Amino acid sequence: MKTKTMKINKSHKFNSFDFITYLFIIIAFIIVYFLLSGGKLNNQQVGWIIPVCCYMTMAISLNLTVGILGELSLGHAGFMSIGAFTGVVSYIAFSEAIPNTVLRVVISMIIGALMAAIFGFLIGIPVLRLNGDYLAIVTLAFGEIIKDIINCLYVGFDSKGLHFIFGAFSKKTAADLKLADDGIVIINGAVGVSDLKLPSSSIAETIRANAKASGTKIKASVAKLEGNTVMFIIGAVLVLVSLIIILNFIRSRTGRAVMAIRDNRIAAESVGINVMRHKMIAFVISAALAGAAGTLYAMNMPTLQSTKFGFDTSILVLVFVVLGGLGNMLGSMVAAALLYILPELLREFSTYRMLIYAIVLIIVMLATNNPLLKNFISKICSGIKSIFAKKNKKAAVADNISGGDNNG
Amino acid sequence: MDFLKYLISGVSLGSVYAIIALGYTMVYGIAKMLNFAHGDVIMVGGYISFCAMMYWELPIWVSIICAVIVCTVIGVIIEGLAYRPLRQATSLAVLITAIGVSYFLQNSALLIWTANTKSYPSIFPGNIELFNGELTISVVSIVTIAVCVLIMVALTFFTDKTKIGKAMRACSENKNAAQLMGINVNRTISLTFAIGSALAAIAGVLLCSSYSTLIPTTGSMPGIKAFTAAVFGGIGSIPGAFLGGILLGIIESFAKAYISSQLANAIVFAVLIVVLLVRPSGLLGKKIQEKV
Repeated sequence: MKTKTMKINKSHKFNSFDFITYLFIIIAFIIVYFLLSGGKLNNQQVGWIIPVCCYMTMAISLNLTVGILGELSLGHAGFMSIGAFTGVVSYIAFSEAIPNTVLRVVISMIIGALMAAIFGFLIGIPVLRLNGDYLAIVTLAFGEIIKDIINCLYVGFDSKGLHFIFGAFSKKTAADLKLADDGIVIINGAVGVSDLKLPSSSIAETIRANAKASGTKIKASVAKLEGNTVMFIIGAVLVLVSLIIILNFIRSRTGRAVMAIRDNRIAAESVGINVMRHKMIAFVISAALAGAAGTLYAMNMPTLQSTKFGFDTSILVLVFVVLGGLGNMLGSMVAAALLYILPELLREFSTYRMLIYAIVLIIVMLATNNPLLKNFISKICSGIKSIFAKKNKKAAVADNISGGDNNG
Repeated sequence: MDFLKYLISGVSLGSVYAIIALGYTMVYGIAKMLNFAHGDVIMVGGYISFCAMMYWELPIWVSIICAVIVCTVIGVIIEGLAYRPLRQATSLAVLITAIGVSYFLQNSALLIWTANTKSYPSIFPGNIELFNGELTISVVSIVTIAVCVLIMVALTFFTDKTKIGKAMRACSENKNAAQLMGINVNRTISLTFAIGSALAAIAGVLLCSSYSTLIPTTGSMPGIKAFTAAVFGGIGSIPGAFLGGILLGIIESFAKAYISSQLANAIVFAVLIVVLLVRPSGLLGKKIQEKV
C-alpha cells in the first residue's frame, strides 16, 4: 500500500502537502457556502466571512515575504491600504461604465492589485537592498508613510472624471475638489471613505429588481443573503487564486531560487542567481495579493479610514503568519481564520477579550518555541502514539492470523 | 527666534526619544531581540506616576521613584516569564511574544485605568523668557534635555567603567564566551531589562508632562519612533541611540513647523529610509562584514 501512494505522489507535479492544503480550503469553503446559503449563520457570523477571506489572503501573501523570501516585513498593511483605496475609487468611478456589480468588484480588485504591485516595486527598490532588522524597520516606515499620505488625500469623481488634491501643505477640504453638481467625494482626507454603497446590497437590489421585472417577489432578507453569498464566492475565489499563485510560485524555478536566497544568499549568488531580481518578484507578488485583499476588505466596509491600516494591522497579519508556521500556507490560513474569530467569540467577555487574546498568544508562543515545553509536549504525543501503536500491532497480528496479506 | 524655539522643542522631544531608544538599543545589543513591549512600559510608568500624584497625593519626586520601581519590576518579570524561556528560539518567535506582552500591558491598563483620557498634571510648570520675551521656553523641555544628558553620561560611565557594565558588553559580544569567563548571562540580561525599563519610566513621566494626556496607547507611537531612532543611530550602540533620538526629534519638530503637521511622521520615516540607504547600519552602527 505504502509504495502505491508514493507513486501517486510522484506522478503528480505538486506534493501531497499542497494537495492537502487545497483540499482543506475547498472543503472549508464548501461548508461555509452551504451554511451561508442555507441561512444557518447569524448576522454577526455573516459579517466575519469577508474579513476572514481578506486576512487569509493577507496571511499567505505575507508568508511569501516572511516565510519564503525570509525577510521580515512590518508594513504589509500599507499595500492593503493602497489596494483598498484604489479599489474603492475604481469601484465608484466605473459605476456607469460597468453596470454589473460582480464584474466591477473583480475589476476593482485587479486594479487594486496592480496599484499595490506598482508601489511594491517602487518600495522594493530601496527596501530589498537592506537586510535583517533594518529591512523590517524600513518596511514599517513605508507602511506609516503610506498611511499618512492617504490621510491627506482627497479624491472626487464627476462627469469630467477623477479629481485629486493633496491637502498636506495647506488646509484643504472636499470643497476644493471643485466637483460638478453630479460629483461625489470618494476619499475625504482624514475622514476617508464614508457611506460607500456596499456591493452586496447592490447585488441584492439587482436581484429584487430582476424578480420584480419577471413578476415574482423576493423578500429583502433572501435577496440580502444572496448578495452576501455572491460576495463570499468572490472572497473564496480570491483566496484560492492567491493560494494557487503562491504554491505554484514556490514550486517553480523562480520560487526555488528565492528559497535558495533565503537559505544562503551568498551561495545562491555564487551559482548565478540574480538576488535582487528574484527578491523583487516575490515581494511584488506579495504586495499585489495584499492589494487585492485590501480591495475586498474595503468592499465590505461602508466607512474606511487610512488609520485602519496602520502598524497594528501589519502586526496582526504577522502574528497569523508566525503562529501558522513560516512557509506553511495552510497554517497561515487556519491561524488567520481562528485568530480573527477568537476575539470575536470572546466579545461577551468584552473588556477581558483582548487580555485573554494576549495571554493565549504568549502561551502559544512559549509552548511552541521553548525547548523544555516542546519536549514535554512531544513526550505526551509519543505516549499517545505508543498506545495507538500497541493497538495497531494487535490488529496487525490479527490480520496475519487471518492470512489477509494484500501488500505483497 | 522661531527657529530657535522649534530647535529647542525638537531637542526636548528628541531627548525623550533618546531615553526610550536607549532602552531599545541596550536590550537589542545584549539579547538581540526587538522588545516591542518597551513602548507600553512607558505608558505604565506614566500611569503609575499619575496615580501616585493624583490619588495617593505623594510628592512629585516620590511618585517618579514609584514609577521607576514598578517599571523596573515589570521589566524584570516580563523578561523572566516571557523572554527567558525563548532564549534559544528564533528571533521572530521572540518578536511575536513581545507583541503579545505589549497587547497584555495595553489591555491590562485599559481594564485598570479605563480608556478615558487622563489629563496629566504639569510636573515642572512655568516658562523661561529670554531676549525680552521674544523666546519662551517651557521648564519641562529644559528639565527633559538635562535629564537626558545626565542619563547618557551616567550610562556611558556605567557601561565603560564598572564591572557589571563590562559584563554587559561581554555578553553582547559573545554570550557563550562570556559564560565561560564566569559571567552570569541570565542575570546580566535581567539587569539590562531592569535598566531599560527604569529609563522607560522616566521617559513616561517626561513625555506625559509635556503632552499632558494619558491613554492606554500613549506609549505605542513614541515607542515606534524611539525604535526608529535606535535604528537611525545604529541599533546596539548607546551613543547612536542618543544621536538618533535627538536628530529624530529635531526633524519632527522642524517638519511640523515648516512643512506640514500632518506629514511630520511621514517625513521622519522618509529621512530614516534615506539614511539607511546611504548607511545601511545606521549612523554609528558597526558594519558587520559578511563572512562566507
